[in-house]
Amino acid sequence: MTRTLTVKRAGPGVTVQDLGRPGHLAGGLSRGGAADRLALAEGAALLGQDAGTAALEMAGAGGEFEASEDMRIALTGAVMQASLDGAPLVWNASHLLPRGARLKIGGCEAGCYGYLHLGGGIATEPQLGARSAHLGAGLGGALQPGACLPIGADEGLRGTGQRLDPAPRFDGGTLRAVAGPQTGLFSPAQIAAFENSSFRRDLRGNRMGVRLTSDTAALKPGDGLKVVSEVIVPGDIQITGDGAPFVLLSECQTIGGYPRIGSVLPADLPLVAQGRPGTAFRFQFVTMEEAVEIVHLEQERRLEIGRSLRPLLRDPRTMFDLLSYQLISGATSGDDLEREHQ
Amino acid sequence: MAFATEWPRISALGTDGFLVTFADRLSEPANRAALAFRHALEQESWRGVEETSTSLVSAYLRFDPRGASHAEIQSKLQHLLARENWFEVPLPQGRRLWRVPAVFGTELAPQLEEAAQAAGLTPEDAVASLTQTRVRVQTIGFAPGQPYLGELPPAWDIPRQSQLTSQVPAGALAVAIRQLVLFPVPAPTGWRHVGQTCFQLFRPDSDDPFVLRPGDELQFEPVGAETLARMQSDPGGGARAEVIR
Repeated sequence: MTRTLTVKRAGPGVTVQDLGRPGHLAGGLSRGGAADRLALAEGAALLGQDAGTAALEMAGAGGEFEASEDMRIALTGAVMQASLDGAPLVWNASHLLPRGARLKIGGCEAGCYGYLHLGGGIATEPQLGARSAHLGAGLGGALQPGACLPIGADEGLRGTGQRLDPAPRFDGGTLRAVAGPQTGLFSPAQIAAFENSSFRRDLRGNRMGVRLTSDTAALKPGDGLKVVSEVIVPGDIQITGDGAPFVLLSECQTIGGYPRIGSVLPADLPLVAQGRPGTAFRFQFVTMEEAVEIVHLEQERRLEIGRSLRPLLRDPRTMFDLLSYQLISGATSGDDLEREHQ
Repeated sequence: MAFATEWPRISALGTDGFLVTFADRLSEPANRAALAFRHALEQESWRGVEETSTSLVSAYLRFDPRGASHAEIQSKLQHLLARENWFEVPLPQGRRLWRVPAVFGTELAPQLEEAAQAAGLTPEDAVASLTQTRVRVQTIGFAPGQPYLGELPPAWDIPRQSQLTSQVPAGALAVAIRQLVLFPVPAPTGWRHVGQTCFQLFRPDSDDPFVLRPGDELQFEPVGAETLARMQSDPGGGARAEVIR
């Protein structure tokens, strides 16, 4: 029998996401994929599976879900109210979703993009090498009630009942950036003013990018300079006509004509994606040497997330699924991994 | 931060890419140089390089900084740039000429008259100009499979609209600044909607999802709305291709 997850109800921004489709820039298709790639890595670590495993991205609000078989799940990214047949579920943790139980995921309490990961991953048919919905390109789309998603065979090794302490990223902060091809269109004084200004996340923002505003900074590139439409990449900080920075995210277009003052490092893009309207940001330029070092450290850190997991401590009086917890996770004898390997 | 002013120019883009820019404005030689240089990059297949593409006047290269350093890639780019005068390299072989049926004006393309007026032409002369000019795919980008086509005669150096059209349909042909854009997906645009085709430019489930390639040429053929309606069932929308020799 095929393992499936049925969507009973869904918010307007629930989509299937993975690491996207690199390699199609020449065709005009941007890579896309999860807005918060760190959350994708965290979910994969909680379930002991590949970081490219497709999950559900929930922008702003979740939905109600039901599984055709017992499944492992993990919840990461924006913190959302979640419950299983009415009993609250801990976020940033893995759980058992028993067959037929009702998983309810509500609105965000912090952040913008929450993720529901399934053991085995979402196994919809890949298009152009990925399962990610790319709304701008018309690939896939927001999930509608009644959608029935195939779920792959679960070969993960970590059972359930694990939790992690996520890297903080809901409160904005400093975005590290490198200079790019058009940084030179801005004067040193403008760049200094840019670094010394405080910005707030505007209401305008989606998977393509996020607009920031500032009370103090109004940036204009040098007089009369027109920029030929040029390759743009996620992280690029476009300075739009009114001087407001627009930071591009994973589903940005492939070329654009606004001058770009620099590019936010990939390691800091989860902060951009998860900052709600009003969240405060600053920018700080780093050298390319520093940036490359940060990129490497972040890649290593994401590979190590699995090591920082710890058991989810639960109050047995509220453990409605105590029986299945013991039977399936058996977190008592200490040889779970060995037994699951057999 | 120091920035070279001479062309071509190599600059880092993001933490894992380089842009090689051939000019600060669009011109036929700079567009051709970008295309030729990207073609050469593809032939080189350096270690660590993950993908290449072009925009109007530049070639882009993305690499894995774990597989190659910035210094290494930059030095290779400098050597390749110095190898020849990229502005003089002929266009790549295998380019195609596409003849694409389009309805000009009517309610299908409601801004023909406005655009013609901006160009100082009668609507009839505007259609003649747009259908007699063979335009080249200068780049594919913005949306999947979306071509920027040029260059139109000088009369078409008309600005974009100050207000965006909230949406044009897939297949829409729009004009501004001596260029045409053909839309693969419905999109908002500041360009004026002068023609309508049913040419599907992005076919995600096909072996060849991006139909047009930079360097291809297009010539539009005026047809009536009824003729276009009959072509709807063909993904090519009646477009025919021949190899340019």
